[in-house]
Amino acid sequence: MINFLCKQLYIIWSQLVTLWLVFTHIFKKADTVEYPDQMPYMFPRWRGRIILSRDPDGEERCVACNLCAVACPVDCIALQKTEDENGRWYPEFFRINFSRCIMCGFCEEACPTHAIQLTPDFEMAEYVRQDMVWEKEDMLISGTGKYHDYNFYKIAGKAIGGKGKGEARNELPPIDRRSLLP
Amino acid sequence: MFEFVVGSPLNIVLILGAVLVAAALLIWVERRVLGFLNERLGPNRVGPWGIAQSLADVGKLITKEDWVPPFADKLPFIVAPIIVPVVMLLSFAVIPIAPGVGIMDLNIGLLWVLAMAGLGSYSAMLGGLASNNKFSLLGGLRAAGQMISYEVFMGISILGIVILSDSFNLREIVEAQHKHGWFVFPQFIGFIVFVIAGLAETKRWPFDLAEGESEIISGFNTEYSGMKFGLFFVGEYIGMLLLSALIPVLFFGGWYAPFGLELPNAIISGIFWMCAKTGCWIFFFILVRAALVRPRYDQLMNYGWLVMLPLSLLNLLVTGAVVLAQGN
Amino acid sequence: MNLLFYIAAVVSVLSTLIAITRVNVTHALLYFILSLISLATIFYTIGAHFAAVLEVIVYAGAIMVMYVFVAMMLNLGHATIDQERAWLKPTIWIGPSLMAAPLLAALVFVLLKDTSAAEMGHTVTAAKQVGIALFGPYVLAVELASMLLLAGLVGAYHLARK
Repeated sequence: MINFLCKQLYIIWSQLVTLWLVFTHIFKKADTVEYPDQMPYMFPRWRGRIILSRDPDGEERCVACNLCAVACPVDCIALQKTEDENGRWYPEFFRINFSRCIMCGFCEEACPTHAIQLTPDFEMAEYVRQDMVWEKEDMLISGTGKYHDYNFYKIAGKAIGGKGKGEARNELPPIDRRSLLP
Repeated sequence: MFEFVVGSPLNIVLILGAVLVAAALLIWVERRVLGFLNERLGPNRVGPWGIAQSLADVGKLITKEDWVPPFADKLPFIVAPIIVPVVMLLSFAVIPIAPGVGIMDLNIGLLWVLAMAGLGSYSAMLGGLASNNKFSLLGGLRAAGQMISYEVFMGISILGIVILSDSFNLREIVEAQHKHGWFVFPQFIGFIVFVIAGLAETKRWPFDLAEGESEIISGFNTEYSGMKFGLFFVGEYIGMLLLSALIPVLFFGGWYAPFGLELPNAIISGIFWMCAKTGCWIFFFILVRAALVRPRYDQLMNYGWLVMLPLSLLNLLVTGAVVLAQGN
Repeated sequence: MNLLFYIAAVVSVLSTLIAITRVNVTHALLYFILSLISLATIFYTIGAHFAAVLEVIVYAGAIMVMYVFVAMMLNLGHATIDQERAWLKPTIWIGPSLMAAPLLAALVFVLLKDTSAAEMGHTVTAAKQVGIALFGPYVLAVELASMLLLAGLVGAYHLARK
C-alpha cells in the first residue's frame, strides 16, 4: 500500500517536473530559420540546379559525348550531337527532365570537359510539370562555372577551326611518319 | 455609458462575439505558444505575428468540398459536428464574466454546464458511429467511454463547492469566494480532480485518445473534411475556453481581483481579472499539451475509476462532514 | 412559457413516435435523445428546473450515451435494418397497439376529467427544496435506491475483476 502510494506520488512528481522543464523552454531562442527572409548559406559544392558552362573563350564546353546521359541513374538527360563548320562538336539539343533528376551529381563526375556542373541553387519548384523540363537555352550560362581556366579544345588533340593538329597545350607537332626512317 | 444587465441583448451580442473571436484566436495562440514551447516560431506569416492565421484556415476550410462519404450514415454524420459548438456556446451562457456581464443568471448554472458537457459527448460518438469506418468507430467508442466516465468525476468533484457556497448558481459561488476566500484551498483535491476530468471531457491533450493521431488516424473525425471538420475543431477550442473560464469561476474567485488589485471601475476590473485568469489557464492547458504524453486507454480508465472516483468521493464526504460540524 | 410548453410537447410526442418507427437504430436513438431533451424543456417550463437539468444530465447525457455505446459495440449492418423492417410489419405491432389503446383512452379520460389544472411556471422548485424533500419525507426511498445502486456497483466490480 505504502509502496503503491510512493509510486503514485513519484509519477505525479515526474509529471510536474516535465511540465516545469517544458515551461522553461519558452524562454529559449527558437531554432527556426525563417527561410525566404533569411537565406541559408549554401556551400559551393552543394548539388543543386544543373548548368552547362562555357570555356574561357565563351564557347560551349559540352562536346555531346553522352557520358552524362549514360551515367545518369534516372535517365533524365537527353541530348543529340552535332558539329559546327569548324568541326567542333556541340549538342544540338540538351534536355534535362528535372522532375526526374535526383541531383546525384554523377553527370558532373562523368563529364570529361567540366561542361555540366551542379550549383548551390535549389529553388526549382514549378506549378506546371512541363516546366520542369529544361532545355539547353535554360541551362547554358555565359561563365565558366567552377573551373575558370579549363578549356577542353586547347588541351585535346582534335583539330578545329583556328587550331590545327599539334597546336594544343603540351602537345608536340605531328610527326611525319615517312620522315621517321632511320 | 451603457448599463450592463445580465441577459440584455447588448450583453448577449458582445459575449457571443467575444467568445467566437477568442475561440478563433485561440487556434492561432495555441499553435504559436506550442511553437515557442518547442523552440519553434509557430505560424507567423498571415498578418502581423500571424494573427490572421485562423482567418486563412477558415477560408481554406470553407472553400473545401463538403463531402459526405457514400458509406456514411447521412443524418447523424451531418448532425454530429453541429452539436459540439452549439452545446459549448450554450454552456457559455451561464459563465459570469463580471458583475452585470453575462447571458444567463441561472439558479442551476453548475448543473447546466454539466448537462451541456454530457450532451457534448454525442458529437464524437455520433461522428464516429456515422462515419462507418473502423478507425472512426474506435475513436467514437473511446470518446464515449472516456467522456461518460470522466463526467462522473467532474460532477462529484464540484459538489464540494456546492456544499461550501450553498448554491448551484455560478454568480453566488463567486460571491461566496469573495466572502470566504478562494475555493482552491479548502477544495484542493476537488480542484485537481476537476482539472483532470475537465481535460478528459474536452478531449484535449493528454487525453486525446478519441483522436489519437498516432494510432487511429484522427479517430472520430477521420472522415470529416471542410467546414464539418472545422466545426469539430472550433467546438474543441470553445470547450477549452469554457473550461479555462470555469476553473477561475469555481476555484479562483471569478472576477474578483486577487490581493486587492482592483481597477477603479468594477465592471472593467471584473472583465480584466476574469480574462487574465482565463488566459493563465489557457496557457496551462497549452503547456500540458506540449509536455505530457498520452496514456493508454486502460490506464486512463483505471486511473479514472480507481484513483479519481475514490478521491472525489472522499473529498465530498470530508467537505460535507466539516460543513455539517461547523453548522452545528 | 405556454407556447414553449406546447412546442416542446409536440416535439416530444412526434420524436417519440419517430423513434419507435425507425428501423435504423442510430436514427431511433437520435430521435429518442431529442424526445428526452424536449421532455426536459417541458419540465423547465412548468418550473421544475432541477428535474429538467437532471433529465438532461442523467437520461440524455449518460443513459442514452450508454445506448449509443452499445449500438456501436453491436456492429449493426444492413442485415439488422432488414430484420428490423421485417419486425415492424403491421401484423406484428397491431397486437401491442391494440393492448396499449385502452391505456391511452384511460389517460385521455383522466386528463379530460381533471379540470383543476394549475397555472404553469409560477412555482419554481429549487434544488434545495428537492433535496429537503428527498431526505425528509422520501428518505426511505432514497436509502432503498442507494442500496440497489450499491448492489449494482458491487456486482459490476465483481464482473469487471475477471
